[in-house]
Amino acid sequence: MRKASSAVWKKLKPEVNASENILVKNSFDVDGGNFDTAGTVSTRIKSILKEQGLPSDVVRRSAIVSYEAEINVVSYAKRGVINLTVTPAAVEIAVNDEGPGIPDIEKAMQQGYSTASQQIREMGFGAGMGLYNIKSYSDRFDISSEVDKGTFLKMIILIQKP
Amino acid sequence: METGMIARELNLKVMSGADKNNNATGGYTGDLLSDVMANAREGDIWITRQVHQNIVAVATLKDLAAIVLVNSCEPARDTLEKAMKENVVIMVSSQPAFELSGRIFNLLNSSK
Ligand SMILES: Nc1ncnc2c1ncn2[C@@H]1O[C@H](COP(=O)(O)OP(=O)(O)OP(=O)(O)O)[C@@H](O)[C@H]1O
Ligand SMILES: [Mg+2]
Repeated sequence: MRKASSAVWKKLKPEVNASENILVKNSFDVDGGNFDTAGTVSTRIKSILKEQGLPSDVVRRSAIVSYEAEINVVSYAKRGVINLTVTPAAVEIAVNDEGPGIPDIEKAMQQGYSTASQQIREMGFGAGMGLYNIKSYSDRFDISSEVDKGTFLKMIILIQKP
Repeated sequence: METGMIARELNLKVMSGADKNNNATGGYTGDLLSDVMANAREGDIWITRQVHQNIVAVATLKDLAAIVLVNSCEPARDTLEKAMKENVVIMVSSQPAFELSGRIFNLLNSSK
């Protein structure tokens, strides 16, 4: 049995047009289960955004959302890809993983809900805050998932507020 | 206040980044990485008992001034190697988190 579900949180209007004037386009692989390299993609993304001279608030929020998404791929999925796109208007971070998927997105979004294993909790993960943090630090957050296939996230952080 | 000064005042063992002397402007205490990601601020000293190498990425991503491990917890070997490579200050205290947080809080306030 497969179940597909999705949700969108929009705090911004009008829609960001991602096809305009692309300044950065990069793709990074994330290795599921490998906590030794966990966080390296987000660290790389942060330094790329800093090099672009983006406002510190944009860099800060992008680092938080990409880290939480990256750690979730490492914690729960087999593998994933993180795509970074920067335009003059926004930073877009899209994460696609192959993994178990999320059966109940609404529940997973709640603070404190976690299925993290004991081993993962011992490293300081599993507070059930990651997805909630992603939602609160991005200007737009889309999430969709299919059980036994994988999960897709897209976060947008605005550079110039409309 | 500079991290080197805090180390001297509170008898902390400096494990990495001894030459860094970052300016600490505040502090945050916690062992849940997502909590620290969400709530610590740039320039904070992070007081924790987590020793796994994931703490280095958190410190780098959040521009934290230093990590202080409590209860004499030693950083894992991988953690130390990574911290040296990424220039992250890690220090160790023999005190528990409650006491150390209080002392750092007072120290930072008295230097204002
Ligand atoms: N990419 C994913 N694939 C499968 N399940 C996921 C994925 N991301 C999140 N989940 C599920 O959603 C739950 C909540 O995720 P969230 O990131 O909010 O918290 P956590 O990872 O459990 O803890 P924290 O992020 O605070 O360390 C997870 O415990 C897991 O069950
Ligand atoms: Mg998480």
